[in-house]
Amino acid sequence: MYKLKTHIIADAWIMFKRSLLISLRNPEALLVATIVPFLVMFLFGTVFGSIANVGELNYIDFIVPGIILQSIGQSSQYSAMNVAADMTKGVIDRFRTMSISKTAVIIGHAGAGVVRNTISTITIISTAFVLGFRPHGGFMNWLVIIGLLALVSIAISLLAVMCGLLSKTVEGSSGLMLPLFILPFISSGFVPVDSMAGGIKWFAEIQPMTPIIDSFRALTLDLPLGDNLWMALAWSVGIAVAAFSFSIQIYKRRIS
Amino acid sequence: MVKQGIAISVSELTKKYREKEVLKSVNFTVPRGSIYALLGSNGAGKTTIVKILSTLLKPDSGSAAVNGFDVVSQEKLVRKCISLTGQFTAVDEVLTGRENLNLIGQLMRLSDVKSKTNEWLSFFDLQEASDRKVSTYSGGMKRRLDIAMSLMIDPEVLFLDEPTTGLDPQNRIAMWDLVKHLAMQGTTVFLTTQYLEEAEYLADNVAILHKGRILIEGTPQYLKEIRPQSGAYLNFKSEKDAAKAMKLLNENSIPVDAIELNLPSLEDVFLTLIDEKKEDTERV
Repeated sequence: MYKLKTHIIADAWIMFKRSLLISLRNPEALLVATIVPFLVMFLFGTVFGSIANVGELNYIDFIVPGIILQSIGQSSQYSAMNVAADMTKGVIDRFRTMSISKTAVIIGHAGAGVVRNTISTITIISTAFVLGFRPHGGFMNWLVIIGLLALVSIAISLLAVMCGLLSKTVEGSSGLMLPLFILPFISSGFVPVDSMAGGIKWFAEIQPMTPIIDSFRALTLDLPLGDNLWMALAWSVGIAVAAFSFSIQIYKRRIS
Repeated sequence: MVKQGIAISVSELTKKYREKEVLKSVNFTVPRGSIYALLGSNGAGKTTIVKILSTLLKPDSGSAAVNGFDVVSQEKLVRKCISLTGQFTAVDEVLTGRENLNLIGQLMRLSDVKSKTNEWLSFFDLQEASDRKVSTYSGGMKRRLDIAMSLMIDPEVLFLDEPTTGLDPQNRIAMWDLVKHLAMQGTTVFLTTQYLEEAEYLADNVAILHKGRILIEGTPQYLKEIRPQSGAYLNFKSEKDAAKAMKLLNENSIPVDAIELNLPSLEDVFLTLIDEKKEDTERV
């Protein structure tokens, strides 16, 4: 008689190594994860920094969280594209017919996405330091920052995996990810929400990027947090859970 | 409850995509350890059957079992004993051949991934290319790697969806030898093909699928015996003679509207048979 055992963690680990290897072999994805965040940080920190007015804060200090989220959104499109490539090439079909855990492919791709995002984030923070970023949050603040960054990165990577599973083509999947690198611009990331006009201001206030960015900013600069952190946590966990369960449904669904 | 001697049994299987009936009550059984060829043209429903049998797709009605396990209610047990090589080569292009095989070996928790990988690499003549990225491989090499990955799983039932489409004659013959070899070792091979020649050479049993229905099933020998005789062919030694004859026929008002070089092909005969069978079944 057959014995049924699914080793979810081991399967996910093997798939994670696969996804990571695929990412490392793609020079374009590596470039987007490193050079692009560096350039964006550099441009915003130098060129725009001289004209931006964010009250008493230093613009470099103000802008770091927004740039981190924007680059996470941008480099996550490679997760979506890698998943979409698996779908169109029939690789996913092979995995689906194998006796392996259903969630392994999803966790593997999302995990590789988190690694890429971490590289981007480290690049941005180092560049910002050179340009004059001077955070003054304490040790506890940094622990919370790292935790929240990890959570946000997981949520966005899972969202990217979902987009990849949903789209019919590789090109289409990166299109589905477009909102993710537009949203930080319509949030508190680059200019204070109070300086925005009517409808845009309303949107900036209700969308998830704003509490996430406000939390980072408050934690790095030791400003009052308000309920931003709880909002940020709720959004991140909500998005992660929704994207994960929806992805499993698409992966399992038996369509042509 | 594994029925002795039967690897795949399909009964009254139907499948619709939106309004289109892709499968209309398909029935067949595949004996264990045999090679079974599903022959049909594009759009006949071959891939749909493979997808249902390999647990990728749910049928609308009817039942299908692999090794005695129902493909819908016991999908996990089915997945334990099958392996699918789809129409598109499912290989990671940026990884090397060895890495591709290693991946499957690890997922299957093989105790001897390294030696199994080497074994299949040499079996498929891929050792030299084993540490090169798959994107540098030729079409035939990718196909061989694809099948090697399926065989790493060591399946009892192997599904091959058009395994030789797009292969050059040399690779095609190598593929045929492989399929024969696998069947000899006890693997049940279920393959789809558009080529009668392939079905005839390889299969113990052939079924002709046309527009979602199995028109006829049996040994290649049996199918050849029932081939209906009809129509008339004129053969000429050269194109020039044929053109001359056509001119003569036209002058005597026997219309000939086309002339083509006809290299004798069993496939052509077969397609004729499909058309006639279709008319027969519709008349009945």
